[in-house]
Amino acid sequence: MGSTASLPKFRDETYRDDFSFRNSEQSVLRAPFPFDKDSYMYAVNMELHQRTGQLNSAFNEPFDVDEHYLAEMRDRALVLDEDPLRYQSLPHMEMAGWDTLELLMTHKSQSYPESFSLTRNGHDWHWINRPMGIDQHFRFGDATTLPYSPLEYITRQAQGDYVVLDERQGNLWMDAGMVTTQADWSLDFDIGMNFYEWHAPVPLAHEKGIFDRALKYLLAVQQSNPARRLNWTMTVNPRLDTSPENFHKWGPENTHVTPENVADKLFLRIELQSFWRLPRSNALLFPIRCYFLSMRDISTVPKWGARMHRVLKTLPPELASYKGLDNFRQTAVDWLSQHDDGQPTTPGAQPD
Amino acid sequence: MMSTTQYASFKSRPLYGTLSPVSATAHLVVAEGEGSEAVKTLVASASAEFLDNATLIYAKGSGPEDATDAMQALGFKRFHTSATATASLPRLNAALDRLRMGTQIYLTGNESALSLFVKACADAGQDYQGLQTEHHGSLARRMQCVHCKGITENVTTQPAECAHCGLLLLVRDHYSRRIGAFQGVNINAEDPADVPAKEEMF
Repeated sequence: MGSTASLPKFRDETYRDDFSFRNSEQSVLRAPFPFDKDSYMYAVNMELHQRTGQLNSAFNEPFDVDEHYLAEMRDRALVLDEDPLRYQSLPHMEMAGWDTLELLMTHKSQSYPESFSLTRNGHDWHWINRPMGIDQHFRFGDATTLPYSPLEYITRQAQGDYVVLDERQGNLWMDAGMVTTQADWSLDFDIGMNFYEWHAPVPLAHEKGIFDRALKYLLAVQQSNPARRLNWTMTVNPRLDTSPENFHKWGPENTHVTPENVADKLFLRIELQSFWRLPRSNALLFPIRCYFLSMRDISTVPKWGARMHRVLKTLPPELASYKGLDNFRQTAVDWLSQHDDGQPTTPGAQPD
Repeated sequence: MMSTTQYASFKSRPLYGTLSPVSATAHLVVAEGEGSEAVKTLVASASAEFLDNATLIYAKGSGPEDATDAMQALGFKRFHTSATATASLPRLNAALDRLRMGTQIYLTGNESALSLFVKACADAGQDYQGLQTEHHGSLARRMQCVHCKGITENVTTQPAECAHCGLLLLVRDHYSRRIGAFQGVNINAEDPADVPAKEEMF
């Protein structure tokens, strides 16, 4: 990786209230569509976090920055203003916070040198984030020289949620995180839990041994070899903050999908999860980056339209319920059926 | 050692075992209500020296029976008594502050009391995996409202109202040791007009 990509023009848009979020055509085509076949079941679908052959994709850079960057960072700031518990770090995680700051600053400045720059002189560092208008001198390792803790500071400038996992006793412990774009789980509740505990509410996967295998894989992730996997759910309106904390506020929207509005109101919510071993703390950084595609966006790629239709139609009921799709699944299946020609699809998730 | 359980289940839900004496430099026993039964069995199966270096904190709890006299008669070197598990926490915290290296901790009582005791131990830096626990009495739950963050004590129904914000909550099996509570999530967020009946559950 490490090209010198130029960033697109950032959209002025919202993830709440009037929901003015939209994808450009390019943004649709570069999305990490999660279905590589016509049906879906849990799997330990890990792979190395590397570029693929596709010219413009969410996998081009280690930490993707796209046209939604500024809008997403504004939304994060709003969430934190309302609820500071969305960022938490247990006391032993400070070094992992510095590790995270270094990793993100280093990759962002290598990937997008026109937009981000990092200059180091011993422990005296100089960080410039041009899109957000930030120019910060600080001393690496001295939290008093930053306006926030290192983890909060850098994750207020990076799309996606960030969970930091401490490794001990052959397990991973969720001991720090910045979580404002989550698919209905609470950092405040889960912080301090181990890998099996925070996954406790997930149906079917424990019995299938998914978490045993996933944990083994994750414990073996080394500094030089970050890994990734995709996960998904669906969200009514492009709302990043689908938190349990606010479920009583956004829950009613789950019943607002109709045959008339489903194309633009219902979104596939894709999580690009990646896994990074951190050098000083030996913690594992777990970024969870959210991409939204409306049903209409998906239908613009014929292969995706057909596949989305088939996946939703054949999804096991307990999985659909766990993902919260019961209110609108059939409406989506009905609308998508017009984009499914019934012909076989080509292998892999990329557009034809 | 939360090894055995009579409540098969959910990976985040605490499992309770049976108290049994181990060789340790000292022993700290914390019991609530009907947990007195576990303390009697523990002491009966322990060596003669066990009590010489042992502390018992006993909270009578809200049940009708009061085992305070029986607990005092067991002959622990140090014995503190409290009305409830909550009221016992300052003394438990003080005991945890001055705990000697190599002390074994034994916790017993109802589900809520165990939540409080385990949380106090964890807050004091004890690894929960080294604690012995045994459940006696009510399965009434401590519940954290995920919305307002308030804790509701003695939850016995499904669903249950948050004592703080009043939302009707689904009491999940998802449990946080750090908070010492099960998670409550608004059960009728999608349709507030749909109000499910409460059933006695815990």
